[in-house]
Amino acid sequence: MSFDVEKIRADFPILRQEIRNRPLVYLDNAATCQKPQVVIDSIVKMYSHDYANVHRGVHTLSERATAAFEGAREKVKAFINAQSHKEIIFVRGATEGINLVAQTFGKANLKAGDEILITGMEHHSNIVPWQMLCEETGAKLKVAPINLQGELIIEQFMALLTEKTRLVSVAHMSNALGTVNPVKEIISAAHEKGIKVLLDGAQAIPHMEVNVQELDCDFYVFSGHKLYAPSGIGVLYGKQELLEAMPPYQGGGDMIRKVTFEETEYNVVPYKFEAGTPSIADTVALGAALDYLSEIGMAEIAAYEAELLSYATEKAKKIKGLKIIGEAAQKGAILSFVLEKIHPHDIGTMLDSLGIAVRAGHHCAMPVMDFFQVPATARASFAMYNTKQEIDTLMTGINQLIEVFG
Amino acid sequence: MFDELRDLYQEVIFDHNRNPRNFRVMENPDREVEGFNPLCGDKLTLFLKIKDGMIEDASFQGSGCAISTASVSLMTEIIKGKTIEEAEEIFEMFHKMTTGEDGEIDLDAIGKLAVLAGVREYPARVKCATLAWHTLDAALKNKEKSISTE
Ligand SMILES: Cc1ncc(COP(=O)(O)O)c(C=O)c1O
Repeated sequence: MSFDVEKIRADFPILRQEIRNRPLVYLDNAATCQKPQVVIDSIVKMYSHDYANVHRGVHTLSERATAAFEGAREKVKAFINAQSHKEIIFVRGATEGINLVAQTFGKANLKAGDEILITGMEHHSNIVPWQMLCEETGAKLKVAPINLQGELIIEQFMALLTEKTRLVSVAHMSNALGTVNPVKEIISAAHEKGIKVLLDGAQAIPHMEVNVQELDCDFYVFSGHKLYAPSGIGVLYGKQELLEAMPPYQGGGDMIRKVTFEETEYNVVPYKFEAGTPSIADTVALGAALDYLSEIGMAEIAAYEAELLSYATEKAKKIKGLKIIGEAAQKGAILSFVLEKIHPHDIGTMLDSLGIAVRAGHHCAMPVMDFFQVPATARASFAMYNTKQEIDTLMTGINQLIEVFG
Repeated sequence: MFDELRDLYQEVIFDHNRNPRNFRVMENPDREVEGFNPLCGDKLTLFLKIKDGMIEDASFQGSGCAISTASVSLMTEIIKGKTIEEAEEIFEMFHKMTTGEDGEIDLDAIGKLAVLAGVREYPARVKCATLAWHTLDAALKNKEKSISTE
């Protein structure tokens, strides 16, 4: 099947609009991406026909809602090839997934002197929860450095993997640089030493096939909103035996089996980690997004986006005064750049006046900015609905603003 | 092209961005305060010499977007020779102008700063223009050594 981008674009109503009298060119997909009609319809259908609380009613609507909700869990399981639906925990997003692991697995397994290993390219959400955990437990956070291409220096990473390391937590793909990390190598090296690995898949999952059994990661987190699904819903995958051994996260309804004032018996996984009423319609819509993506095919999406990225990179390199930040050999569809003497904020505002949405800032990765000694970057991040023509519009815009700044 | 942006990026702003005025480190300043906008990474250090309640000299260092660079550059020009009270008054007016509370703005007193009025149409950029002034405010009140817009 050939990849028909025009057909895909037609599925996204928001793309059919003008911004400041120009056709919208949406290139801020790494921050969050737009939603196809099937996802929007799923939410409308849920609230129009099938909505009630889940796991607690015997009435028809509650049964319908529960079936749709648990159906979404099965879809996630299949999408990432988990062994069991019990390994799929619904959370608000990647951030909550990481915090959950830090506060449960982390608190139960780390003590003073132990180490957590991350990399120099992490999003703040894969830094701060560990710093908080370290403060509480006396464990230490170690950071494996990156090189000027924006790649993890693997030898140094391996050297930091010691008997003290209890957990490795790395981005599958970096949001600030686009780098795709050698996660299989990382995981097998960590496992040789009996160390568990969490992958922050927030950026990777919309761009490639993710198979958690093949990766053999212990935890995998991602956010629905970067995967064509609503915001407010995300996933923590964890190997079942790990999840079962972990203490619960929050207490409340749904996560219990039996409560008396003296003691409480916790529910089985995954429910043990899902206290309170979840984001029901959004979860069901995540399932709809996964159906939609599976129909197109993640391998096809990856191939198309690789083409977009190399087209954009080639064009960008021709612009004098433009420097790409992040030139890893293995890269996802993100083009982070700076322009000589023009601040990213000005780039962002100027491109917006041409209808082009890019992100200008530190991308929640201030340590990455410090490493490259830039205050911020401009970032064009691509999705499967972007086109080469849009990349041309971007490049023309960049050339024009360079001229204006003169 | 960029027609709609002309109110925001006036020629004076490009000029000050290219050639910022009073862009230097000051020897023995009476006040030295750092301003930081974590949202965009803009950083500046403001230096002041103050004698008998009057701002004798003002200079700055740092890097930022065109709006913030022009704003701090223009500010150092305009506050030189003003008393602390006068500078605070200009800050108040500037704040009103950039946040859209017009009415009582004295365009004479605000002078060249009027070129920055355009930011009020760009809520995401208002802080770029006001960072310099919040830093000045902290310096005049002799409060913190560093301030942040967030
Ligand atoms: C690599 C990475 N990790 C984690 C996150 C956090 O995701 P969320 O804000 O959806 O929880 C992001 C979002 O920008 C990200 O890019």
